[in-house]
Amino acid sequence: MGNKKLLRWDTGVWVGTAEVCGSRSGIQLRRTCALLSSSSESSPAPPAGVTPSGRCHAPACRAVPMGRWGRAGQGQGQHKTEEFRKVNVLMKVPALKDGSFTLAESIAILLYLVQKFKTPDHWYPADLQKRARVDEYLSWQHTNIRPVVFSPCQVLLPLITGQPLPPEKLELATEELNVALKEFEEKFLQDKPFIAGSEVSLADLVALVELMQPVCAGYALFEERPALAAWRSRVEEAVGKELFLEAHQDIMNVKNLTADQFAPELLESFKQHLLKQN
Amino acid sequence: MRGGSGRSVQSRGSSRRAGRVGMGLELYLDLLSQPCRALYIFARSNNIPFEFKHVELFKDSVLGKKPAAASGAEQPRAGPSNSEGAGKVSLLKKVPALKDGDFTLAECTAILLYLSRKYNTPDHWYPSDIQQRARVDEYLSWHHTNIRANAPKTMWIKVLIPLFTGQPLPSEKLQEVMEGLSTSLKQFEERFLQDKAFIIGSEISLADLVAIVELMQPVGVGCDIFEDRPRLREWRRRVEDAVGKELFFQAHEMILNIKELSNIQIDPQLKEQLAPVLMKMLK
Repeated sequence: MGNKKLLRWDTGVWVGTAEVCGSRSGIQLRRTCALLSSSSESSPAPPAGVTPSGRCHAPACRAVPMGRWGRAGQGQGQHKTEEFRKVNVLMKVPALKDGSFTLAESIAILLYLVQKFKTPDHWYPADLQKRARVDEYLSWQHTNIRPVVFSPCQVLLPLITGQPLPPEKLELATEELNVALKEFEEKFLQDKPFIAGSEVSLADLVALVELMQPVCAGYALFEERPALAAWRSRVEEAVGKELFLEAHQDIMNVKNLTADQFAPELLESFKQHLLKQN
Repeated sequence: MRGGSGRSVQSRGSSRRAGRVGMGLELYLDLLSQPCRALYIFARSNNIPFEFKHVELFKDSVLGKKPAAASGAEQPRAGPSNSEGAGKVSLLKKVPALKDGDFTLAECTAILLYLSRKYNTPDHWYPSDIQQRARVDEYLSWHHTNIRANAPKTMWIKVLIPLFTGQPLPSEKLQEVMEGLSTSLKQFEERFLQDKAFIIGSEISLADLVAIVELMQPVGVGCDIFEDRPRLREWRRRVEDAVGKELFFQAHEMILNIKELSNIQIDPQLKEQLAPVLMKMLK
């Protein structure tokens, strides 16, 4: 599935992402791209969206899954191939390639895409102060949201190692997440409909995609936070509920995975990676 | 009491005041903080008029003690506390901050970008060419979780934590941090700098500025990361020249004289409150 596509770097803008556990940012970038590209003025038919195979239809941006951890025998970590090595010296995903131009870091990629494809203004407003609000969130989230948003990986850890997640770890993780969410509500959202004001922007998209992680790991963080839940609805509405759900399909199902769906070698390398992270 | 944290920076700098107090651009800064230095250098180097609101992190900021004050801002950010009082302060996160009329802003990157746009600074700082610009964005993003993950810890380990807790830390702690920093520096050289004069090519940009101020932190506390890295050393020299050596050293005076900090008397309550936070930082 993925192999042939990987080598076609010549046309258009290719964004390499990965649905491997260790590259959460790749998964999220793909989702964000899918949601973003749906509003891109440069895309004609077919309807933008994420197919079950994980590729985004919009011609402006193809998020190529560079490995799946769903099927045994496939997804042997394609991102380690020589082709990809040329794209990203650090051997990481996500990565973008536009002709001979290569780029890593999901925020940089998103900003590049909105500017290159001239997406509607509200995503990254020209207004100085509104734009600054978006920048402010995009900067803050690196060290305040991302590290504390526990991921389906933490749910998967027991699955893969065969050992349950220690309750203290989960408790600490939950506590840290709560602090971050409080700050998010009080500093960034406040009583506005969206982070930058009256319209949805990149900041909301990046934030929500990130906050869906714990939800998909089974932590219903929106349940007791009506303001956040209302914001979530608004963001979903703004990008289109159907598209939003489609983009989160894979990660919503992560809890239903069983170990036999993983190639053994992949399983082992995940295990090592997850143990290091946790 | 004013400890040995060095002479007040307010006594220097000609473009410090922006006219009437409260009317112009205000930057809340403590030059011990790396992001603050980046902003200070950027604003001064581009002759952006601003009022320097000096925040002394270890003197003024008391966790949760000062009540939130509505300073007239529409969107009250918990701004840094100083004698004019702008709200609750958390030691770790509230500088730098910008106040431009009713508009307040935090996060160094956001402030740098805001200033570069509002004051139309020379293109090289944040190029209009989207690929060059992407290079800057790429670095600024990577910086957070790589260089900035370890460089600041050198100061905490060698100076601040012993100052606050009265005890030095085991040497493995520093070693761990230096190893992490080494890895980041290697990536910095191989991936971002390569053989170029600056990160995006032949001219300095926000990326170099943000990087250099961070790397001066370990230098200030005696971990000279430039010592065995000639390529980095050369790059540093170029950055200093590009912003102006005098300005560069003025901005770094406090951190380079960090030993004077040990003369500061820290509020014992602050010490108590900070101890668990500090230890967590090293996790």
